[in-house]
Amino acid sequence: MTQQEALFKYTLRLGDNALILSQRLSEWCSNAPFIEEDLALTNFALDMIGRAQVLLRYAGEVEGKEKSEDILAFRRSERQYYNNQIAEQPNGDFACTMVRQLFISAFELYLFTELQKSKDATIAAVAAKTLKEVRYHLAHAEDWIIRLGNGTTESHNRVQQAVNDLWMFTGEQFEMDETDNLLIAEGIAADLHALQPLWSNYIENILSKATIKTPQDAYMQTGSRKGIHTEHLGHLLSDMQYLQRAYPDAIW
Amino acid sequence: METAQSTLPKEEMLLAKFEEKTAAGEAIEPRDWMPEAYRKHLIRQMSQHAHSEVIGMQPEGNWVTRAPSLRARQILLAKIQDEGGHGLYLYSAAETLGITRDEMIQQLHSGKAKYSNIFNYPSLTWADIGAIGWLVDGAAIVNQVSLQRTSYAPYSRAMVRICKEESFHQRQGYEIMATMMKGTAEQREMAQDAMNRWWWPSLMMFGPHDTDSPHSADAFRWKIKRHTNDELRQKFIDKTVQQAELIGLTVPDKDLRWNEAKQGYDYGKIDWEEFNRVINGHGPCNKQRLSHHIRVHNEGAWVREAAEAYKQKQKNN
Ligand SMILES: [Fe+2]
Ligand SMILES: [Fe+2]
Repeated sequence: MTQQEALFKYTLRLGDNALILSQRLSEWCSNAPFIEEDLALTNFALDMIGRAQVLLRYAGEVEGKEKSEDILAFRRSERQYYNNQIAEQPNGDFACTMVRQLFISAFELYLFTELQKSKDATIAAVAAKTLKEVRYHLAHAEDWIIRLGNGTTESHNRVQQAVNDLWMFTGEQFEMDETDNLLIAEGIAADLHALQPLWSNYIENILSKATIKTPQDAYMQTGSRKGIHTEHLGHLLSDMQYLQRAYPDAIW
Repeated sequence: METAQSTLPKEEMLLAKFEEKTAAGEAIEPRDWMPEAYRKHLIRQMSQHAHSEVIGMQPEGNWVTRAPSLRARQILLAKIQDEGGHGLYLYSAAETLGITRDEMIQQLHSGKAKYSNIFNYPSLTWADIGAIGWLVDGAAIVNQVSLQRTSYAPYSRAMVRICKEESFHQRQGYEIMATMMKGTAEQREMAQDAMNRWWWPSLMMFGPHDTDSPHSADAFRWKIKRHTNDELRQKFIDKTVQQAELIGLTVPDKDLRWNEAKQGYDYGKIDWEEFNRVINGHGPCNKQRLSHHIRVHNEGAWVREAAEAYKQKQKNN
């Protein structure tokens, strides 16, 4: 693997995480428990589309095959996406969406804090901008988890259920492969193993404030580093890619 | 606010003063005395307006996950977000008249409050997103620009804020149509088909012909309404026909022609039977839109309850 190949894959991974989660969050449009929340979730989706745009454009440049961000976003097949599986998990109920956001945003807080120092100027710039957004996403999710955990019996149970269900997707966020190792040596990527204990502490603290039990189950799903996903991704892509695939010659 | 027990002469005096004020074109603020009929008229109109913004998110939301480019998805999401924001301003403006958002939502669900009939039509292809922005927001702007000078101040202020964003929506919708008309044969066909389906319902957005809407006398005297349905409809047609021609779209009206004398277009007969049928519940999406709103509202109940329960617990601690 060359550095260029590694950087391409790494940038795709960062871009896909934003792209796929933004797709999920935008499914909340006109489906949230009240309008203010509809607007908040749409706002997060917009932040992430912006991030995906910059990162996928950059991935296209790194690859050097003249692929635009839209070609990369809409014309790849299932096995060519590198987002963490947690990003593609269905919205479920509101508790599930907030738990997913908590797990992802807490990870991103530590990730982008590190990536601000990246020797790759584009990644460092994206990280600095993203960090501001992520802090807001995280505060929002945290606030809801604490409120729902301490709200009613029903809301408490729903959060606990969501935490239990999504737990097995959290470990993958910290997996590293050849791509990471090569780029860490160049000062471009973050050492994810070093972030994991920070993340665990953070999450345990929030969950305990929410009176929610942190699962002790160590089994973790894996695969996205190799483009292996859950069945949900294919359906998400058929929606997302429909027009680009049906009318390949069209410009929109 | 005066109560029913007030003596008649005082009530009459207040009414005379109110009529004088509105006749002079002065704005009415929430703290000002107003006749019950004025308050009722505004609650009905403003809550209908708020509900329209919110229900209108559904046909557009229908294409959010299928928008064909990252930029298109961004523009569409931001637009829908604006509409939700419009709903919020309007609910708060209506709340100054002594009704809560919850009550307004209950009235929507019971069928007592309406929303714009246009959203009872389906958004079938991506071109519909262009047509909605261009035609539906375009028609809404004509109406809302006129409402910027409506007599009830919170409503008028909401309209000023809203109009700025609406003109963006209209331009962005037109841009979608223009891009498709420059595109492949399939794209042009899709755009023309959307035009054919949305044109007439857009004209109906302005309501019945002036000769058939005799109940608006109060609304005019009190300066809630400042232009008639037909005046506004004509304004919309005149600006839109030219935009259609510019990008090669055909207006689906064989009777449409320029009238030199009135310096405006003459247009064909609007199918008021269809209008009445849809308004009375038999449109393609009436059931779907309302049951969606009810379902989402009910599914979100546990979240609202939990937030309330948490607030109470914090208070007690
Ligand atoms: Fe609006
Ligand atoms: Fe609009």
